[in-house]
Amino acid sequence: MAHSLRPPFSDKDHFQGDINAPLELVEYGDYQCPHCGRAYPIIKHIQSQLGKELKFVFRNFPLSESHPQAFAAAVAAEAADRQGAFWKMHDYIFEYQSRLPLEPFEAFAKALGLDSQRLIHDMQDPALSTKVDADFDSGLHSGVNGTPTFFINGKRYDDSWEEEDLLAHLQRMLVKH
Amino acid sequence: MLQKGTPAPEFELFCTPDQKIRLSDLAGKKVILAFYPADWSPVCSDQMALYNETLKYFRKYNAEILGISVDSRWCHMAFSADRKLHFPLLADFEPKGSVARAYGAYDEKEGECLRALFVLDEQHIIQWSYLSPTGINPGADGILDALEELTQPVKS
Repeated sequence: MAHSLRPPFSDKDHFQGDINAPLELVEYGDYQCPHCGRAYPIIKHIQSQLGKELKFVFRNFPLSESHPQAFAAAVAAEAADRQGAFWKMHDYIFEYQSRLPLEPFEAFAKALGLDSQRLIHDMQDPALSTKVDADFDSGLHSGVNGTPTFFINGKRYDDSWEEEDLLAHLQRMLVKH
Repeated sequence: MLQKGTPAPEFELFCTPDQKIRLSDLAGKKVILAFYPADWSPVCSDQMALYNETLKYFRKYNAEILGISVDSRWCHMAFSADRKLHFPLLADFEPKGSVARAYGAYDEKEGECLRALFVLDEQHIIQWSYLSPTGINPGADGILDALEELTQPVKS
């Protein structure tokens, strides 16, 4: 069974890097998942190693039964996007993951210099939870089997995502490209 | 392993320490059977946690999922409580693995169920089956595709 990214990347996705980069790394992630927290600095390093060769895409896959704050955190990052700060919030949540159950998102917004009232207000907008649900749905249909699950150029990546393994894999794909 | 078009063999297994469930109890519903090697193991835990998050999608298709392994009902109870699972885990415990064998989903060497998935229609005919490599969590995409296909309007 080949697991491929459905739907494929579009400019509606949250992404970093060159939209036309030869390598596309998609992460389905959960903001409260410790494995995703561990993957976060690995991805940062890989992005800095590969530069313009890599486009990194983040899609939400909150495992709400296991992680009670994961869905709200995903909505908070989507709400931050309305202030042009999706990636700031994404990074901040992963950097301070252990604070998730303790601090309100208002405090996260303030720490990032965002309009915290607006963020809290936007978090109530059903359009944002619909967006998170749509990401989750796309993950299920793509064969996401836990978090994080990675897709490289549209195909599920089942091997190790330890930094040296993932980087070596991406570099090999770049040579073939 | 039993393939598409085969009527699913009936079974009756413990789903809690004092309750049994029969396949025929789910008459009129689609059924997903997820045979898996062992409670507590990392891949099985991730797989069951994923299905736990996917229940509302399965129910949209009038489908119920049953997890099946050779672990005992008491082991299932502890595993299920620890992972907060909201669907039944069945104990194919005595005679060990007999249901898995009937479906061709038993690993004789390891003495465990294989990681095998079956999707049954409302008449409990097998409409899709998939054997996953034991070390890989198959995800839910194959199941959802099969359920979607079963729900498509019949072409005239």
